[in-house]
Amino acid sequence: MKPFVLDHADSPDAALAALDAGATAIAGGTNLVDLMKLELATPEKLVSIRRTGLDEISADGDGLMIGALVSNADCAAHRRVREGWPLLAKAILAGASPQLRNRATTGGNLCQRTRCGYFYDSTQACNKREPGSGCAAREGFNRIHAVLGTSDQCIATYPGDMAVAMLALDAVVMTEGPYGPRRIPLAMFHRMPGDEPSRDNVLEAGELITAVRLPAPTGGVQVYRKVRDRASYAFALVSVAVDLAMEEGRIARCALAFGSLGTVPWRDRAVENVLIGEKPTPALFAQAAEVLLKDAQGFGENDFKIPLAARALAATLHEATQTGKA
Amino acid sequence: MAATTLTARVNGADRPLPADARRTLLDWLREDLGLTGTKKGCDHGQCGACTVIVDGRRINSCLSLAHLHEGDTIETIESIGTADALAPLQKAFVAHDGFQCGYCTPGQICSAKAMMQEFAEGWASAVSEDVAARPEFSTDELRERMSGNLCRCGAYSNIIAAIEEVMATQAQPGRAGA
Amino acid sequence: MALPLADLYNTPDERNLLDTMKQGVIGKPLDRPEGPLKVSGTATYSAEWKRSDCAEGFLVLADIAQGTVKAIHADKVLAMPGVVAVLSDEAMIRRSTQGTAGEAPAQDVHTVDYFGQPVALVVAETFEQAREAAQALEIEYDAAAEPVPLDPQSPDAKIEEPSDSKPVKGGDLDKAMREADYAIDVEYDTPGHASAAMEPHATIAEWDGDRLTLRGSYQMLAFNVKEMADCLSISPKHVRILAPYVGGGFGSKLGITHEAVAAAIASKQLDRPVRVVMTRQQVFQTVMRRSETRQRVRLAADAAGKLVGLGHEARVSNLPDEDFAEPVTQATEFLYGGENRLLKVEVARISRMTAGSVRAPGEAVGMQVLEAAMDELAQKIGMDPIELRKRNLPVKVPVEGTPYSSRKLVEALEQGAESFGWDKCKTEPCQTRNGDWWIGMGVASAARVNVMIPAKARVTLKADGTALVETDQTDIGTGSYAILGQIAGEMLGLPMDKVDVVLGDSELPPGAGSGGSFGAISTGSAVMRACEAIRDKLAKAMGCKAEELELQDGSARHGDARQSLGELTGGKDIVEVGSIKPGKTFKDYSQASYGAFFAEVGVHAFTGEVRVRRMTGAFGFGRVLNAKTARSQCLGGMVWGIGSALTEELAFDVRDGHLVNHDLAEYHVPVHADVPALEVILLEERDAAASPLQAKGVGELGICGAAGAVANAVYNACGVRVRSFPLTLDKIIPHLPDPFASPA
Repeated sequence: MKPFVLDHADSPDAALAALDAGATAIAGGTNLVDLMKLELATPEKLVSIRRTGLDEISADGDGLMIGALVSNADCAAHRRVREGWPLLAKAILAGASPQLRNRATTGGNLCQRTRCGYFYDSTQACNKREPGSGCAAREGFNRIHAVLGTSDQCIATYPGDMAVAMLALDAVVMTEGPYGPRRIPLAMFHRMPGDEPSRDNVLEAGELITAVRLPAPTGGVQVYRKVRDRASYAFALVSVAVDLAMEEGRIARCALAFGSLGTVPWRDRAVENVLIGEKPTPALFAQAAEVLLKDAQGFGENDFKIPLAARALAATLHEATQTGKA
Repeated sequence: MAATTLTARVNGADRPLPADARRTLLDWLREDLGLTGTKKGCDHGQCGACTVIVDGRRINSCLSLAHLHEGDTIETIESIGTADALAPLQKAFVAHDGFQCGYCTPGQICSAKAMMQEFAEGWASAVSEDVAARPEFSTDELRERMSGNLCRCGAYSNIIAAIEEVMATQAQPGRAGA
Repeated sequence: MALPLADLYNTPDERNLLDTMKQGVIGKPLDRPEGPLKVSGTATYSAEWKRSDCAEGFLVLADIAQGTVKAIHADKVLAMPGVVAVLSDEAMIRRSTQGTAGEAPAQDVHTVDYFGQPVALVVAETFEQAREAAQALEIEYDAAAEPVPLDPQSPDAKIEEPSDSKPVKGGDLDKAMREADYAIDVEYDTPGHASAAMEPHATIAEWDGDRLTLRGSYQMLAFNVKEMADCLSISPKHVRILAPYVGGGFGSKLGITHEAVAAAIASKQLDRPVRVVMTRQQVFQTVMRRSETRQRVRLAADAAGKLVGLGHEARVSNLPDEDFAEPVTQATEFLYGGENRLLKVEVARISRMTAGSVRAPGEAVGMQVLEAAMDELAQKIGMDPIELRKRNLPVKVPVEGTPYSSRKLVEALEQGAESFGWDKCKTEPCQTRNGDWWIGMGVASAARVNVMIPAKARVTLKADGTALVETDQTDIGTGSYAILGQIAGEMLGLPMDKVDVVLGDSELPPGAGSGGSFGAISTGSAVMRACEAIRDKLAKAMGCKAEELELQDGSARHGDARQSLGELTGGKDIVEVGSIKPGKTFKDYSQASYGAFFAEVGVHAFTGEVRVRRMTGAFGFGRVLNAKTARSQCLGGMVWGIGSALTEELAFDVRDGHLVNHDLAEYHVPVHADVPALEVILLEERDAAASPLQAKGVGELGICGAAGAVANAVYNACGVRVRSFPLTLDKIIPHLPDPFASPA
């Protein structure tokens, strides 16, 4: 770990000033300190934003404003989240460990970097870590890698769970920055690698996440299915978030998002359109999977994610539509 | 550079934070304060051996910089009970053989203590039937909630038995909402 | 130095002394005496000793697989804050040391044998400074002119016979296979495994003149002293190792590892204590791996399900010149019949970190495959898999012809089956569906060879009537403190609070060390013999024969005579050193611990995820010395079995030879949620051939075959037979039945 200067900001404005001067924000540190120890991140200046007061959950009209510093644990334990947006609580609780959730924050988790083993190993070529060095994962051990949204330069996934639920819930990321406040729909927040895989998201230099806003509760059936090797404390191989409503035996409304399948939390309206207005049947689920995976490309070790995603989608829709009927 | 006067409260005493901003909470506890009961198993938040309780919540001390804890209240295994005066959880771990090599044990015990508090506050888990409801007690709930603490000796069954015994003893009707 | 002949265990000790004693502590499920220290965080592990002026060392690993170090650009690093030295000494070790080597492994880190090999040590005032400097150290390499392959399946890999074992051949297996009523010929793969002990390898070295003291994490101190002395070309008498608490070993700490030698050299050079702690990633990359295996199993059975042929051939791997070859067929030699047989192991020479002992070398992966193949045979014949096993237990070891000392396999299968409810197992797969989960049951035998290692222990009966047990034996979580105290307490008639046990100091008489499940029976026998010698003296003082002497609660009785032990010592400590060495009983008898595993699993009908729902193990390993710690050993083994069956796999990139999943986030050891209710049944058994304690090894038995039971349960659940461990979902989903279809 390289030496750094650590400052403490006591307000969002102070944090923004520090960021403007080139500092990197640190909140829970569960990802950043991990990366710094391996010198995969080498900030010269850190600004702690822990005391900026952005740790409240508050009503915002019918919606909910979750401060960027609300810990994952507090978010999942919050009564309003659990009642109105259970999908979010479920996704958070499926991630990491209780200790990590107590420390990790809402804003930090959105910025979590990939778990690609080649990104995490400075002896290996990685365009995300070191632009232009190549991608050792494409022809390497890529079991956990993406099959959607990849590029010649990078096939790494965004590994988290929370953002997948937020994507299905039409969340909006609230930021402040040198050019003023922005409201970034979660669907626009993460960047596919393209030819610039080092940038995971659309945050500009000096920009700070202040909150995530959830729109009004849908009252739908919400299921988060995380498929992984271990029963707990493991990253997803594939995860599926669904929020749907049934009317007269048909799927009336449906939002779907997928984790660890694409390079970013994945949502495809065309998949939802296949389902909406239809009676839930295995054939329909298969049709939806076909649309979802039509452009999917495996890289060897991760080929299985394509059939797995179809199966996980079927299981999730089966469960949600059965529950919805009841 | 003059030693920092910033402090954190560790096991009831204010202690000066380390000079090197790179020092993690874990290394500060172990190296500067001599509190080696908190273990370093992976240094990357992947095993839970370094679990301590900060402001009532369990965290991985290896993934936090000491300087981020100014003014925080930190409890380590040393504050839970001593070899001569073990806390109920510690006694139960001994009685149920909830450890073998003992290296993950302080982390398991700190984690269990904070987990019991989380449960008492009605937090749900990934295996809770209804995330909006107050969770029902079950062994599967305990297993899920303790899954951030690895034990390579494989003492899991005994660890869970020890925690269950303590929770059963401490369970009181009407405790809900605590 | 040759031990006196009397130390050799040549004839089974049928006196069964422990059962004739009066104290009643042997076998009891007593708490570990060191428990309060461990649960309060006050047991001191390797890196935790406070030494004044201690410098911090950080290893630097090679980022090529094979070559030579051309240049180390130390100057830049030496100018960094706090840095005091950059070492790349010829005495530093390239490879970790094999268990019981007793000599230096390959030295001189300027040659690189595998990706991740330590090549240098950076020493600084603080850990943070050392880590930063180590990360900044630039090293240039020349690539090896004639590199060995990186992949054990490479056609270019040189294949050798193990240096320490020969194939077992009998009759004509090919013919037996051709003519059999039922024949199975299958190939299984098992991946490499890591020990992943929770405490990373660490050493604090300090010199006092020419005397070196190491505080570290080691399993076998008497061997480790010699290994260190050989590395440094000093006398073993000048090396002392202290390891009172060891945070798990599982084979990875049998021999000395890189950090220890580097710390010793740095400490000598700097004339101050030096601590080197490996990072978790370094532990994964440099210390022992269990070799991956490719195993071919051939089973030929007659119409009645009796084996007439048995083949078990394995390819394993290791670095060139390493003697160790995962002894995959070790238990196959004696477990089942089949006079036509071929058992064979071959080693592919490749470039990966040293392959060596990881908990239950041989049986851990050999038994899980053999037991899965036996299940395939049972399925083919249409016979209950327990019945198939019972029909194939030979009277004597095939080919060799040696008799069995004691074998509780039938009892384990029967009692385990009853407790588990095996009668509810459906004979055909895909019969039970619970919501989204297919449910199935599987069974497997357990077997693990019994080994004794020469051991000594000193027991002092003090004038105050208390006893002190001293040996360099380690307790790596196995329960040595508990059981050695119980043996002494039982033999000397003392309650446990009157017995003190001091371990883990190489200046004490050399015990067996911890490994190969031999610690308890070897060192325990030495303790027992020391106690016998003390009993002889007490009997003499009492004026009776030793066998007439009754010792209980600190009192000696003979007939109506009664005296306190304190009185009998005559005010002087009685000090005896007990000793034992494996002798003829190990040639005259086939000795092994046996058992049976029963697993119930759920396989997710959509996603193929496998979760173990419950598991029973029934085990016979001679006398149980402490029912609590023995049960814990079995539980731990079964957890390893779950990991081996479902999640654990070292993933190498065969392009450059690096280990991809070198941390605990991606090398998946089981977590709490992976481990369901586990039941352990301890069978009553006495095995006089195995040790005077009538006990056999237990530390590894719980893993030997466990993964086979899980794999068999997966087949029973969903009809998918996966011949590649671990049974991750990607291998299962292509073969799953339609999840929406009703159960067959």
